[in-house]
Amino acid sequence: MELLTYPFMQRALIGALIIGLAAPALGIYLVQRRLSLIGDGIGHVALTGVGVGLLTNNSPVLAAVLVATIGAVGVELIRERGRTSGDLALALLFYGGIAGGVVLVGLSDNKGNSNLMQYLFGSLITTSEQDIAVIGGLGAAVLIAMLALRPALFALCNDEEYARVSGLPVRTLNILLAVTTAVTVTIAMRTVGLLLVSALMVVPVAAAQQVTRGFRSTMAVAMLIGVGAAGAGIVVSAEADTAPGATTVLLALAAFLGTTLAGVLRRAVVRRSRPPVAAEPPDVVLHV
Amino acid sequence: MSTVVEVRHAAAGYDGREVLSDVSLSVAAGDVVAVLGANGSGKSTLIRTVLGLVPLRRGEIELFGTPQRRFRHWERIGYVPQRLGAGSGVPATVGEVVASGRLARRGIFRFPGAADKTAVREALAGVGLLDRIGDPVATLSGGQQQRTLIARALAGKPDLLVLDEPNAGVDAASQEAFAAALTRFTAAGGTIMLVLHELGPLRPLIGRGVVVHGGRIAHEGTPPEPAGHHAEPGHDHVHPHADEVQAGICEWAPTEQTKAY
Repeated sequence: MELLTYPFMQRALIGALIIGLAAPALGIYLVQRRLSLIGDGIGHVALTGVGVGLLTNNSPVLAAVLVATIGAVGVELIRERGRTSGDLALALLFYGGIAGGVVLVGLSDNKGNSNLMQYLFGSLITTSEQDIAVIGGLGAAVLIAMLALRPALFALCNDEEYARVSGLPVRTLNILLAVTTAVTVTIAMRTVGLLLVSALMVVPVAAAQQVTRGFRSTMAVAMLIGVGAAGAGIVVSAEADTAPGATTVLLALAAFLGTTLAGVLRRAVVRRSRPPVAAEPPDVVLHV
Repeated sequence: MSTVVEVRHAAAGYDGREVLSDVSLSVAAGDVVAVLGANGSGKSTLIRTVLGLVPLRRGEIELFGTPQRRFRHWERIGYVPQRLGAGSGVPATVGEVVASGRLARRGIFRFPGAADKTAVREALAGVGLLDRIGDPVATLSGGQQQRTLIARALAGKPDLLVLDEPNAGVDAASQEAFAAALTRFTAAGGTIMLVLHELGPLRPLIGRGVVVHGGRIAHEGTPPEPAGHHAEPGHDHVHPHADEVQAGICEWAPTEQTKAY
């Protein structure tokens, strides 16, 4: 534990906790929309931004925010228009993103695998005070937007047409979600890396929904699991000398296994303690 | 009587296909209008066009006297889709889904207050589901989910209810709960426009039937009493959808060509 007295470890922990809290708060909307993998895709695109930043001697993080945002809004516009070829269009965008990133990073002066790996798998230990300020500011913005707009975003992700007839600014909210995804991906790239970013958005939500009944409780539990896994991930990885990002993701997956088991056990107990009731036969099969 | 929905020579469709070619329709305050027609005749498209979910190609639509493009008072309209959105594994309680119905009235930047909570409870009580308020919607039967959607629309206290086949595949208990909720709504002065496949237990409520056929309004008037073997007590109205003919409403059957829609 004395590792935590080092300033770089404290910075790493603060950064991880912020992302652990913000990523599932956004991720729950993406999961509800069946866009669980969008974070992964935007991560690929962000790598091109990193390459642009390194090549032009600008901040890679800022360039990544910019490029990822453009990519995310592009994905949203594709999703809104063509429903048929959206899947393929996304694939093209994602592979273009990662290929462009690898080429651009290679062209830059400070090339080398270590540099690339730093962005792909995270590099908490090198997080500077300035990085923490950026992560803190953007993370807080993401968190506030996701919590304050929960009723509207829930309505949108639950039933987009109903949201439209309710007069909600559907397109603005969709773009907001896209931009927020891009921002979260980029700030999380220092912690877990672009290849594991999506896990922190999705896995805590998947874990929470095994034991919850409502949307609000799922969000709360997912944020708890996220922040717990991120915090524990930093400490465990420091003690065991493992990669912090991957350790965090494995801990979140362990939480998923735990809640799945708890859910199965609880349902078994409930079934045994309650006498069978004459259930209303399902009239239509709803794919909920 | 003020006009709630005014459709003039509307044409609408999807992609290259035109489903409605020339539809005119007027719904006054307090009216209960059933939109009838064969499967694929465009009856759902008609109400979706009125709501702005399907773009209007030609013609005009006015909602509460305002052209649809400039209409902003969406809290006056309660929409009940055919079924719950495609959703996903994220659970949501019945109360949370119904609370979405308050958004149009409250706006997106305000948190729900006491009035919103009361309205949600009242709406659920109205469809007989108040005891399920904390249950995940996924655990409800199809009919109960449909009632949840009605409660969501009613929670916003709209002046006009628009329902898309609310009776499709709904159990008898739910159909009755639902007919009662709609009866109370009209008794309080509400206007209803609904797409129906068959009149069923809603029959006494319907003031006017509109039959959509071949992209136009083929017939408009009071809905017919069931005739022939349809009128026999206990008649189970079951028939294959592909050969759907609205017996007694539509005096000509859809041809092969029109059925292709």
